[in-house]
Amino acid sequence: MLIYSLKRIGLALLTLWIIITLTFVLMHSIPGNPFAQEGTMPDAIYENLQRYYNLDKPLLVQYGLYLQSLLQLDFGPSLKSSSISVNEYIKNGFPISLHLGTQALFIAITFGLIFGVVASLYRNRWPDYLSMILAIIGISVPNFILATFLINYFAVEWKLFPVATWKSWSHTILPSIALAMMPMAYIARLMRSSMLEVMNQDYILTAKSKGLANSTIIIKHAIRNAILPVVTVLGILIANLVTGSFIIENIFGIPGMGEMFVKSIFNRDYPVILGSTIFYSAILIFLILIVDLAYTWIDPRIKISEGKK
Amino acid sequence: MMNKEPKLTKEMFEPIQQQFHEAEKISRPSLSYWKDAWLRLKENKLAMLGLMIIIVLAILAIIGPYLNGYTFYEQDFTKKNLRPNAEHWFGTDSSGRDLFTRAWYGARISLFIGLMAALIDFTVGVIYGGISGARGGKIDNFMMRVAEILYAIPYLLVVILIMVVLEKIQRGIWPIIIAMTITGWIPMARLVRGQVLQLKEYEFVQAARAMGASTTWALKKHMIPNTMGPILVNVTLTVPTAIFTEATLSFLGLGIPAPQASWGTMANDALGSILIGNFYQLFIPAFLISLTMFAFNVFGDGLRDALDPRLRK
Repeated sequence: MLIYSLKRIGLALLTLWIIITLTFVLMHSIPGNPFAQEGTMPDAIYENLQRYYNLDKPLLVQYGLYLQSLLQLDFGPSLKSSSISVNEYIKNGFPISLHLGTQALFIAITFGLIFGVVASLYRNRWPDYLSMILAIIGISVPNFILATFLINYFAVEWKLFPVATWKSWSHTILPSIALAMMPMAYIARLMRSSMLEVMNQDYILTAKSKGLANSTIIIKHAIRNAILPVVTVLGILIANLVTGSFIIENIFGIPGMGEMFVKSIFNRDYPVILGSTIFYSAILIFLILIVDLAYTWIDPRIKISEGKK
Repeated sequence: MMNKEPKLTKEMFEPIQQQFHEAEKISRPSLSYWKDAWLRLKENKLAMLGLMIIIVLAILAIIGPYLNGYTFYEQDFTKKNLRPNAEHWFGTDSSGRDLFTRAWYGARISLFIGLMAALIDFTVGVIYGGISGARGGKIDNFMMRVAEILYAIPYLLVVILIMVVLEKIQRGIWPIIIAMTITGWIPMARLVRGQVLQLKEYEFVQAARAMGASTTWALKKHMIPNTMGPILVNVTLTVPTAIFTEATLSFLGLGIPAPQASWGTMANDALGSILIGNFYQLFIPAFLISLTMFAFNVFGDGLRDALDPRLRK
């Protein structure tokens, strides 16, 4: 277990390093000079700017300097606003995004599991059809369309919730729902098929013949086993939430990290794009690592097959 | 008595085999794997609905732009923001362009991007996964590590990064397709590799190898055709992902440049019109994107059930 964990951590660090290198090379292979479009600029200022952003040094030196600053958790400056660095963007935006993401993940898991379990217990009856229609809608409707529909009806027409900005808890409800819809649908579908499989197992029959109550069987025997596949896709779903937040935050006007990232794309603010990509990748790799380690802890069968190798 | 000739008639020497043949004859036409799958697929109403929607959308994408005499780029500022009417069946947008024509022109681009991305993912994924699985050992280990690391970068982030770089060089459909397929092939490669690793141990592959078949030949003739089912399902499910990603890119301002239109750019253009009450402008592309994703998703699910009844749940 310890060796496996260390191996996974090592692989995660290697992955992160490769991502940093790849994104760095990509961002520096963009043709043209970032200051070229600023128009006429005295040579001295231009040279100063070049020096400030280390653009006058060879690429390898720039890379070294960049790695050095990353090790000190400095994600670099911004091209467009000289007073704010990527670190400050992260400091201001990340807590908001984290709040939104956690809330959405909570909604997705809770309701996804409930819909999935209910659908499997009432197989081919109306609760099943209802949950699966909801799941198909969740997968088919892109989040930015869902978000605009939610705003148009729940906020503008019926005035049930406030939108734009991030002030009170009621501001957080609509964006959380919009963000949670897709992962919720995936969890519901996965949980349904996993439950159907588990309910056919022999140990469920044994539990039944022992005379256990139906609720005990479902909660203690079925759900506990059926939930395992859901844990495996949790990493992918979190990545989905993160990338979904770019758009949701933008539409709802939430001053989180995702909105800042989209703005930096619109402004072609390359150092910010670079810095936030690396930050996002680091967070995701970390979360997926935790999910993987948690999985081996939850499901002891993984360890056995690992030992055979 | 002894020398009495036995009564041997000609009929006694008639072969009786014909009757045996009758008994052994298969009374129904034999079903191939694909015919069998098609029979099961036909039973699945939801999947057939999906297939119908896909066919209708494809036909409209081909003939739709010519149906009412407008072009997708023609602007008429005297006819801005018209609601759907007899002349403009889906209304007009904020630049006075006919939305019916644009919707089906957009269908062409969105569907083309979706299908092209799926095709490239398929080709690269099958070759990469096939080689990795068939070679095995160190090569397999290395190839899968590379894929694993590339796959660790969130998909949308990769697409955005590549688009930011590519748009400086060229704008249009192809940069979007390239950006989407640059890591999009990995799930396919993993799927094919897993299947090939299993199939490699099967007797018929071993027999082919024993008779001197090369790895490439065994791969082409035996292993890939036998994984075609899961591969096809994966391809079907890649199309909606690609359409969704394209719409998202358009939303981020990295999509198809004007005056061309995809459903994503149409939805993005319409966002500005919602606040002045022109909700129909968003509804049309939003509905078409959702309908397409729905159709491909249910068709893909149905295909999976039909091709592998063991997995049916």
